[in-house]
Amino acid sequence: MSQTRKQLLTDPLVDNNPITLQVLGICSALAVTSSLNVAFVMSLAVIAVCGFSSLFISFLRHYIPNSIRIIVQMVIIASLVILVDQIIKAYAYEISKTLSVFVGLIITNCIVMGRAEAFAMKNKPFESFVDGVGNGLGYSLLLMSVGVIRELFGSGSLFGVMIFEPVSNGGWYVPNGLLLLPPSAFFIIGFIIWGVRTWKKSQVEAREYKIQTLEEH
Amino acid sequence: MSLRNYFHSLEPHFEKGGKYEKYYPLFEMVETIFFTSNTVTKVAPHARSFVDMKRVMTYVVISTIPCILWALYNTGLQTNSALATVGVESQLGWRISLLQFIGVGISPENLVSNIIHGLLYFLPIYLTTLIAGGICEVTFATIRGHEVNEGFLVSSMLFALTLPASTPLWQVALGISFGVVVGKEVFGGTGKNFLNPALTGRAFLYFAYPAYMSGDSIWTPVDGYSGATSLGIAAAEGYESLSNYGITWADAFLGTIQGSLGETSTLACAIGLVFLLLTKIANYRMVVGCLLGMIIFSSFLNLVGSDTNPMFSMPWYWHLVIGSYAFGLVFMVTEPVSGSHTNLGRYIYGALIGFMVVMIRVLNPAFPEGMMLAILFGNIFAPLIDHFVVMANIKRRTKLNVQTQ
Repeated sequence: MSQTRKQLLTDPLVDNNPITLQVLGICSALAVTSSLNVAFVMSLAVIAVCGFSSLFISFLRHYIPNSIRIIVQMVIIASLVILVDQIIKAYAYEISKTLSVFVGLIITNCIVMGRAEAFAMKNKPFESFVDGVGNGLGYSLLLMSVGVIRELFGSGSLFGVMIFEPVSNGGWYVPNGLLLLPPSAFFIIGFIIWGVRTWKKSQVEAREYKIQTLEEH
Repeated sequence: MSLRNYFHSLEPHFEKGGKYEKYYPLFEMVETIFFTSNTVTKVAPHARSFVDMKRVMTYVVISTIPCILWALYNTGLQTNSALATVGVESQLGWRISLLQFIGVGISPENLVSNIIHGLLYFLPIYLTTLIAGGICEVTFATIRGHEVNEGFLVSSMLFALTLPASTPLWQVALGISFGVVVGKEVFGGTGKNFLNPALTGRAFLYFAYPAYMSGDSIWTPVDGYSGATSLGIAAAEGYESLSNYGITWADAFLGTIQGSLGETSTLACAIGLVFLLLTKIANYRMVVGCLLGMIIFSSFLNLVGSDTNPMFSMPWYWHLVIGSYAFGLVFMVTEPVSGSHTNLGRYIYGALIGFMVVMIRVLNPAFPEGMMLAILFGNIFAPLIDHFVVMANIKRRTKLNVQTQ
């Protein structure tokens, strides 16, 4: 093992964040971050699916024929997603309506599949589980950050609790309607990636081309 | 000590190794206001031209002068007329007190009163734009080490002119900051932006604060006064009923109608266009394309007709004069950076915008005005259009070669 278990858990938070560094799982981040409640439930769902799918795939890794491995991984992930979906429907019906297809679409979330393919197929079950949870947490961290910005400035509340009283209720805050539209998450994720890469220079990708300057001519 | 020598004496401090090396962009900005740049091209090809970036940008600012003047007059006129209807007593505000204090009063017949009243609305918006946008621009220039560019003067002027007079100043600041940062600086500054920065900021405000950017009560900054824009009336009741509101085609052409600050007068925009075309800052191909696209598609819709949607029957000469079509056509479509760069591409780019603006105005019930969205749409397609034009040219030339062999 090149990484300790602790590193497996903490690395995906910032240094190897699935969204900011690998730019995976963007679609759901756009769709479910307009309110924190929804984002929180979605985060839990992804952590659970990502952790357990890695665990089970790692258990089975010696028995999965290489030629049909993707199908087997999909079956495991899909079963877990259905399980999670049913649990959310049973205990948080209102939120499950807002999440609609996005829980089902965790199946296609590149993060889950990516960890199964890149890590769980080659590592021991417990490490795989930790790695899956770590990546789920990395995803959740970003989802929650975007959610805080969007809900706080878009509707003036956090987890549904009013923080900035909007003008329509006699308060002073004018809610920013753009933040409730999905494209705003694009801007926010972009700004966060910008911020992270300014902070951690090692994440900046090498330039594909360079504009020639006079001096080098 | 002359100004020239003064700058010379300061320069070493700002150059590489100097005390204020980091602030060179600021120094350069101030110096080039007074003197032409002394950096010259060192390698071939040497093309001699008197047109540099500063001149291009300054010309665009000059071309907006008719629109600015009209913005001052018309904003004052609309406000004063509205005040005459709802009564001055119900209104509070420093502008009215100031106007009464200096003795020009608030009569819509009084030209001076109109212009000063308009100025009292335009100036705060414009100054806020300059300060907020300027801070963003200078911050980026200092950190990234590029020059502070006159392009910002154009963006800030156009941005201010596209806003309704009642826009709160904090929104103005937020909008221009978004426009400068997301519309321009994240892509590397002036000349590398693929969207028009002023319109990016305007679109941000439009989607973020729709209640302040559209509707009936925002166009004239008077409490309790409500009046739909010409486009709003045309969309609801058909363009024929504009005359019931006292709006003739000549009014709309001259610009004595409600709307954002600088967009109401087609005449003022046309004067700006003539100036831009004569100085060859604006490329006529984009203008022609955009006019043709709008005229052909709106005429086509006239022919198709519709029983339920009165906008179908609006003729092209009304499309031309109401809303922000003329303003967008003159100052936004012709923007060289975010538009197409090939000559054929410019026609297609213009036509796409002309087509889209009618499309959004007529066929999309969600947005009464479509010029802003149409131009941003065109901006996004401009590189693609160029790509196909270049590819087609390569293909044609290759074929030519085969034949001659």
